[in-house]
Amino acid sequence: MAMVIENVTKLVGKECHIQDISLQFEPGTFNILLGRTLSGKTSLMRLMAGLDRPTKGRVLMNGKDLTGISVRKRDVAMVYQQFINYPSMNVYKNIASPLRLAKVAANEIDRKVHEVAEMLHIENLLDRLPAELSGGQQQRTAIARALIKDSELLLLDEPLVNLDYKLREDLRTEMREIFKRRQSIVIYATTEPLEALTLGGNTAVLYEGQLEQFGPTVDVYQNPQTTRIAQAFSDPAMNFVNGNIEENQLQLGNTPKVPLQKHLCNLAPDNYQFGMRPSHLQLERKTAADIEFQMNVNLAEISGSETFVHLDRQESTWIVQQQGIHNYQIDEQVKVYVDPTQLYIFDLDGHLVGSPENVVEELT
Amino acid sequence: MARIDLKNLAHSYLPNPATAADYALRKTDHIWEDGSAYALLGPSGCGKTTLLNIISGLLKPSEGQVLFDGKDVTAIPPQERNIAQVFQFPVIYDTMSVFDNLAFPLRNRKIPETDIRKRVEEIAEMLELQDVLQKRAANLSADAKQKISLGRGLVRSDVAAILFDEPLTVIDPHLKLLLRRKLKQIHSRFKLTMVYVTHDQLEALTFAEKVVVMNEGEVLQIGTPQDLFENPQHTFVGYFIGSPGMNFLPCTLQKGIAHVGELQIRVNDATEHQLGNCELGIRPEFLKLHDKPQPETHKVTIKEIEDLGNCKIVRAQLAGHSLKIKVPEGEEIPIEYGYLGFPPEWIRLYSDGRLIESSSYNPAQQEPEK
Repeated sequence: MAMVIENVTKLVGKECHIQDISLQFEPGTFNILLGRTLSGKTSLMRLMAGLDRPTKGRVLMNGKDLTGISVRKRDVAMVYQQFINYPSMNVYKNIASPLRLAKVAANEIDRKVHEVAEMLHIENLLDRLPAELSGGQQQRTAIARALIKDSELLLLDEPLVNLDYKLREDLRTEMREIFKRRQSIVIYATTEPLEALTLGGNTAVLYEGQLEQFGPTVDVYQNPQTTRIAQAFSDPAMNFVNGNIEENQLQLGNTPKVPLQKHLCNLAPDNYQFGMRPSHLQLERKTAADIEFQMNVNLAEISGSETFVHLDRQESTWIVQQQGIHNYQIDEQVKVYVDPTQLYIFDLDGHLVGSPENVVEELT
Repeated sequence: MARIDLKNLAHSYLPNPATAADYALRKTDHIWEDGSAYALLGPSGCGKTTLLNIISGLLKPSEGQVLFDGKDVTAIPPQERNIAQVFQFPVIYDTMSVFDNLAFPLRNRKIPETDIRKRVEEIAEMLELQDVLQKRAANLSADAKQKISLGRGLVRSDVAAILFDEPLTVIDPHLKLLLRRKLKQIHSRFKLTMVYVTHDQLEALTFAEKVVVMNEGEVLQIGTPQDLFENPQHTFVGYFIGSPGMNFLPCTLQKGIAHVGELQIRVNDATEHQLGNCELGIRPEFLKLHDKPQPETHKVTIKEIEDLGNCKIVRAQLAGHSLKIKVPEGEEIPIEYGYLGFPPEWIRLYSDGRLIESSSYNPAQQEPEK
């Protein structure tokens, strides 16, 4: 029993918003649609919900073809980026509204309203109007209303994007708890890799209306099948340098050649693109095998507990993510160290060939 | 450029404020140094825009004074304060060329045309607007228009201060980095007194030499990004700066020991305190999680692990309190139970939300861990 998206395509005029996507989601799973703005996340959700009809392909729920069936006749709940509540109803009535429409008994409604309100920490706000709530509280109300019905399908379209970063951080952690115990299929769209990683579950990476990769979130993160997926699923973005392997030696850019070790030993002699996560680059030498690059500081950005050092060298730009607060001057010259055992390897067409040894077990 | 003194400043939008909660800006007494870059940071409704509007003169404070280089400007309207302002949305003359837009604040002040040309070209070069100087502003992209706004704010070299109100909100994400870099370069080149309001912590901490953290109308700390991270003066600063924020455990203090329930945690503060509502604060990155008991560790229950790729956030339970621990990538995390170490040099103690000074880190005595 699952939701199946079968070869779904959506054209709007001549523009292709969704291109031949097939996916299957099981009940009780948490699924993330990850991609930049305009990658097709919202379009795909609208097709799943029945708000839009696909140009080609089918949407099946538990084996039954739902393509073309109106959203009103489907068992689906949705939370949007904007905080959408009934302005004239208090929080209690807002949350209760789907059950009232379904003519559920009053005492059962009362029990369930208190249950979800407690879960979302808004039980003391039940008699307030939406206008009397903060943004975070309004979105909690909208989420509570979506949760109360136990719909088969629950869609959340970047629900935290309009909140302050601290609220986002708090709610993100709570979300994980809230969805853990549900039997629904939960689909959650986001542009932020960190959000996908925090929430766990499965991740589908979308790019320009196409499905790039789908699998358990951690697997997709550790084994991005293409440079494009690696870019989308790394925040800050993954760094790249061209290099080659010949005669059992590795050369990155124009740095001195070094002997191959660990996961690099299995690679055939060839030219490759090497990917480095910002957190794997160092500004101090850690081991004798580290490869040294001379770079120029473009800007050091400080997040509060981390420093993102933006660097450039010839035409390439890199980002180093450091723990703690560090000061760098603009245009300061620094040495950056790459540990070869942490390199991701892609061929020149951008397909993954190998990833660091701690995650390399099975490449699919 | 000027030094800005805020003397006993406070503001309420109500006619007869009675309690502290009636004030949008609570009593503030600070000196902002000449030529420094300040960012006002805090959640929405914290009073940062109120403070900016008082400095610019758009708002007259209900109490206290604002001084520019010692001169009381409290009653002086914005146009006579000799300040430049940049707002969230571009403020430019659509029918004028980019050059004329940039030159406008100077022509208004009857600066000789040769000096104007020199200055406009200098600013245009910094903001990479040289190629569009002769174009009409109307036809440019939103980003370019906001750059013109920034340029108009920066073009006068004789202003007391430049005030920015969320100036990069409408800018495309990949251009933000470029403009942040520009603003920093401009600041270090011209040593302007800059005040920058934002709710984006990355922007505030990247831009400013000193960050002014505000909450509920109160200035809680003015410090460098490093100060805010290592020595939060208030529990709110510890919570608000850094992700995840600082952990807090209610405790009582006794001669170098913090008692958290039954537990005893050694702290670097041997002062005899008679203080109420004490809390022990420690950042998630400074807690040390072991799989076996070590000297001075405490047994914790592992509740949940979030794998963020470059690190893991472990949520653990200690004496009925929840703690977050940041564990670097590649380190093993014990199953079910672990033993948690609290390095005393990274413990901060708070009473009624405020840092107990004697517990704070002293860089002269200790080297921070890398």
